[in-house]
Amino acid sequence: MENKKPILSVKNLEVQFRVRSRVLTAIRNVSFDIYEGESIGIVGESGSGKSVLTKTFTGMLEENGSVTSGEIWFEDQDLAKFKTNKDWHAIRGIKMSTVFQDPMTSLNPIRTIGSQIAEVIIKHQKKSQEEAKRLSIEMMTKVGIPDAEKRYNEYPFQYSGGMRQRIVIAIALACHPRILICDEPTTALDVTIQAQIIELIKDLQKEYGFTTIYITHDLGVVASVADRVAVLYAGQIVEIGSVEEIFFEPRHPYTWALLSSLPQLADKGNKLFYIEGTPPSLYHKVVGDAFAPRNPFALEIDFVEEPPMFQVSETHFAKTWLLDPRAPKMESPEIIHDLHQKLKNRFIIRRDL
Amino acid sequence: MSDFSKNEVLLSVRNIEIQFQKGKNFFKAIDDVSFDIYRGETFSLVGESGSGKTTIGRAIVRINPLSKGHIFYKGEEISGKISKEKDREVIRNIQMIFQDPAASLNERATVDYIISEGLYNFKLYKNEEDRLEKVRNALTSVGLLPEHMTRYPHEFSGGQRQRIGIARSIIMEPEFIVADEPISALDVSIRAQVLNLLKDFQNKRSLTYLFIAHDLSVVRFISDRIAVIHKGKIVELAETEELFRHPIHPYTKSLLSAIPLPDPILEKEKVLFVYDAANIHDYSKEKPTFQELANGHFVLANSEEFDRYKKEYSLIEKKLNAK
Repeated sequence: MENKKPILSVKNLEVQFRVRSRVLTAIRNVSFDIYEGESIGIVGESGSGKSVLTKTFTGMLEENGSVTSGEIWFEDQDLAKFKTNKDWHAIRGIKMSTVFQDPMTSLNPIRTIGSQIAEVIIKHQKKSQEEAKRLSIEMMTKVGIPDAEKRYNEYPFQYSGGMRQRIVIAIALACHPRILICDEPTTALDVTIQAQIIELIKDLQKEYGFTTIYITHDLGVVASVADRVAVLYAGQIVEIGSVEEIFFEPRHPYTWALLSSLPQLADKGNKLFYIEGTPPSLYHKVVGDAFAPRNPFALEIDFVEEPPMFQVSETHFAKTWLLDPRAPKMESPEIIHDLHQKLKNRFIIRRDL
Repeated sequence: MSDFSKNEVLLSVRNIEIQFQKGKNFFKAIDDVSFDIYRGETFSLVGESGSGKTTIGRAIVRINPLSKGHIFYKGEEISGKISKEKDREVIRNIQMIFQDPAASLNERATVDYIISEGLYNFKLYKNEEDRLEKVRNALTSVGLLPEHMTRYPHEFSGGQRQRIGIARSIIMEPEFIVADEPISALDVSIRAQVLNLLKDFQNKRSLTYLFIAHDLSVVRFISDRIAVIHKGKIVELAETEELFRHPIHPYTKSLLSAIPLPDPILEKEKVLFVYDAANIHDYSKEKPTFQELANGHFVLANSEEFDRYKKEYSLIEKKLNAK
């Protein structure tokens, strides 16, 4: 990214949840910037905190959770200081919108599709009924609903899963937000529909110039949507860099492990690589590198002291002791070398179409 | 060339049709589907939601009745009305692993009971000690611990629950397992564990699998042969690598082109191939049939399409050999 201008700046963020008088630290001291107009992918397994992280941007944390320290800077305001729903009114849905995984739970089943888009426009942009309807139909056409005028008065159950997700995107974009947060928007969809929705989001981003935060556990999806990627593990960013850096020159053993376990790379007859053990419990204080117990490349210091973020390039950072000049030299696993060539040979179809 | 063609046909699905009724309307979920599964292989049915892949799996384990056609297991019919003994034999020898590990386990039963249920039903144990031994073995073979026996499903993670589902299938020592999307609800790293586990069992116990999935890239690693199903019809069937080298049906191509690849360069070059059945096929003059294009590679086509596919096939073959 040339001309980097942060649109959102997260500094030393910590998020805690109270669960039956115990405290769970879901986000542990996360700092990063999101740049205007970029598309950043946030990858992690379930429980890594990827949804929690973005929920703090729109004040949508569950009631037992709160930002316990740190700052979230957006348009010269610290969102971490927001307390009441009223504080969020000018941000949520206007400046930042979220598209969630399941379109059926985001839409009201007993109201027409059209009225649900128009509602947002009337409420936030103070438009008249007719004007809102016109804008809604325009938006529906934009997200690829054929015959939008006719389908304006239909109900969610009359739409297919992919069409519903298009509507959710239309609602999210109705007020032209500066940031669109996509929280696993295609996980519940078929691969062909998923590909179409991803294309749609990319096209709309080109047209409107908003910034996209894309949360997913699917590395294939990240490779397709993101300019930059942040890898989350146990509530921390362990590696962040351009999409090429993360896929072709990853430096953190966790990123290595994630890439190695992809079935797209596995050879038949061989065993698939998998990560032993489970992520640490975040009810307890994590000592050292959170990934150390599962990491075959772990050094002694990993069990004692948390590694700092090491800078690899101007855009690439990784939180692993392996990057310390005193650390022994370690090679990444063979299976993820020449990723591009390997996949190219395996998926010939892409070239012949 | 199929290594399995010499082998015994374990399961044979012949011209089956399955209808669902909604009020006065009938909906044909499966329309004239036939395939054979050989002993020891992994056969995958791949399609999108609503394609009917799960319906076929459920028909094999006798959950969904057929409206036409037959299913044979080791040469004997297991569809329609069969004797009680036969029914029990089918239940014992053909096990199913379900997609959703949360919904398919009894929340109020202990892991011990869940895994033993089949043993109880068939009295497959000599005495209590023998039963416990079997449960312990089943648990350790799926990577869980014997002390997990007294726990309840909700105390486990998604991956662990899926492994409980697998344990309860394999304890019956089945010959054939229908695995309905056993990994789609799981994280990447846990997926790999479960896939390894299923492969291990296959090697150790010469199991045969029918693997039902929506993701071609995942299926590639585990399958010997793949059938692609679209709206209740199999449109293409071939050995795994053959299918990836020579996908010929436009629907198969659209599925393959949509697979998200973990490679930003390939993703940027990606050309989506959209399958628009109404405009691609003209079946007004001649209906399509399932025909063999190359050794063991079948495609659904009418004669005009079949000629075209043949030409395209040899062209790709030439290109690939030139490289």
